[in-house]
Amino acid sequence: MTAFSGKRFMRSEGSLAVKIAAAAGLAFLLAPLAIIFVYAFTTEERSFVWPPPGLTLKWFGVTWDRPDVWAALMLSVRVAAVATILALVLGTLTAMAVSRSRFFGRDAVSLLVILPIALPGIITGIALRSAFATFDIPFSFWTIVVGHATFCIVVVYNNAVARLRRLSGSLVEASMDLGADSFQTFRHVVLPNVGTALLAGGMLAFALSFDEVIVTTFTAGQQQTLPLWMLEELIRPRQRPVTNVVAMAVVAVTFVPILLAFLLTGADEQTAATTK
Amino acid sequence: MSVATEIIAPPPQSAAARLADGLWRRPGLVVALLLAPALLWLAVVYLGSLATLLRQSFFSLEEFSGLVVEDYTLSTYAELLQPSNFEIIKRTVLMAAAVSVASAIVGFPIAYVAARYARGAWKAAFYIAVMLPLWSSYLVKVYAWKLILAREGILTWTFGKLGLGFVLDGLLALPGVGGGSLSTSYIGTFLVFLYIWLPYMILPTQAALERVPGSLINASSDLGATPWATFRHVILPLAAPGIVAGSIFTFSLTLGDYIIPQVIGSGRYFIGQAVYVQQGTAGNIPLAAAFTVVPIVIMGVYLAVARKLGAFDAL
Repeated sequence: MTAFSGKRFMRSEGSLAVKIAAAAGLAFLLAPLAIIFVYAFTTEERSFVWPPPGLTLKWFGVTWDRPDVWAALMLSVRVAAVATILALVLGTLTAMAVSRSRFFGRDAVSLLVILPIALPGIITGIALRSAFATFDIPFSFWTIVVGHATFCIVVVYNNAVARLRRLSGSLVEASMDLGADSFQTFRHVVLPNVGTALLAGGMLAFALSFDEVIVTTFTAGQQQTLPLWMLEELIRPRQRPVTNVVAMAVVAVTFVPILLAFLLTGADEQTAATTK
Repeated sequence: MSVATEIIAPPPQSAAARLADGLWRRPGLVVALLLAPALLWLAVVYLGSLATLLRQSFFSLEEFSGLVVEDYTLSTYAELLQPSNFEIIKRTVLMAAAVSVASAIVGFPIAYVAARYARGAWKAAFYIAVMLPLWSSYLVKVYAWKLILAREGILTWTFGKLGLGFVLDGLLALPGVGGGSLSTSYIGTFLVFLYIWLPYMILPTQAALERVPGSLINASSDLGATPWATFRHVILPLAAPGIVAGSIFTFSLTLGDYIIPQVIGSGRYFIGQAVYVQQGTAGNIPLAAAFTVVPIVIMGVYLAVARKLGAFDAL
């Protein structure tokens, strides 16, 4: 926190240029999301004309009555829920093992957990598809879940590891000295301390799964999650205003887990967990 | 005798407590038990799938029947070197490099200001401004750019209003990177890649910059360095591992993406699209598998170099 307290450099003319560049960069990051909100109200149906010729609420009603949107949404929510639970269990256990001791192959374990997200998603996707084909596994709800859980483990793992590193070992020792066994210590000392980090990791895993499209294209078969529905509309548009409304709703919903994850863990831990 | 035993004997234990005690004495077993579920999952589901895929890349496609011949051969890899396929690889790697360099340039000031000046509420604002685009739906972001880059969209309108329409036309007339409109040119593809992977560059750069002690910068200027010299000789070398770490993401993600160039681009293939088409409509699984080996090898080399540069400590 005390980094960069150099007053002299701050007053120099160089810093103004840096601040302007940073402001321009932030505008670049946020403007496209703001534009999504404007287009949801446009009266224009066929083109992406700017500025919108008029504003209307009509398309919210039309979207609400579309069964295909609801079906895709429900499938996405179910997949994300199951994948998140799997990732929570697997990610937490691995994080505890890695943070509690140094053992042979510890770096290899970290690498294996990170690999599904470090390699391009298309590799995970086509690898899973070729495995399903080789072993004659038909596409189902579970083939989507398997793919999602595989790359969600790392999000939970990173959040849990970041928090477990901060958890003082003497707390655990004190608990054991006072007569608690390992399970009681986990239940009453470790879990309350890492709980919010797990909740944050779980929410981010949910968001990651809910949004995933690249791996899902290869593991869904004929099923349609919300991102696959969106992709279909991007490539072969049917009713653009409905897509606009769905896009806006998705951005609005994403606010919630990000804000909650931030409030639960703080900016520094999130920056550390996301980049690790 | 019996009285003494009663006094010394520990209180009766539940099965769980006995199990807990037993485990406490064998820390190795505990670690193994904690690791087993995830390792089994990743080894079977992930590495197993990767292995099946790699095996496919050593098969070949019978040219006339279109069936996969399950004999081990390197002929599919030789196909990668054909001019049409090699062009795809070259195009993708160049794009990944351009996107990585550009995101380092655009991302640095944001990371710098966030690490150096932002405190309290501003820190939170920077966090939200970077995290929101990072976690927002990928497809929605691509869609937003389709709206922005469309011929009748915002950018054309803005350039027109500013009387700079000729600049846009000039850009689009550039040979190689231009096109009919921004959304059907390499410039458009590049902008969208840059936008979508930029947060992945900002976060590690910011983390690296936050570790630079302020006293170093004071010392540099006390010793008479200009702000530029301080940046060049103190800040940049210390931030470099973070930038390299960020470039791992921007490079890898660009290499494997097949949706962005499909939605916004000139229609010429990138590696991801080639994989998608070969395994789908073309039905040439061996060639698709061989194509996926390209990013794996490139990223392997990239990671090895990044490790030498100390990027893993900055992750």
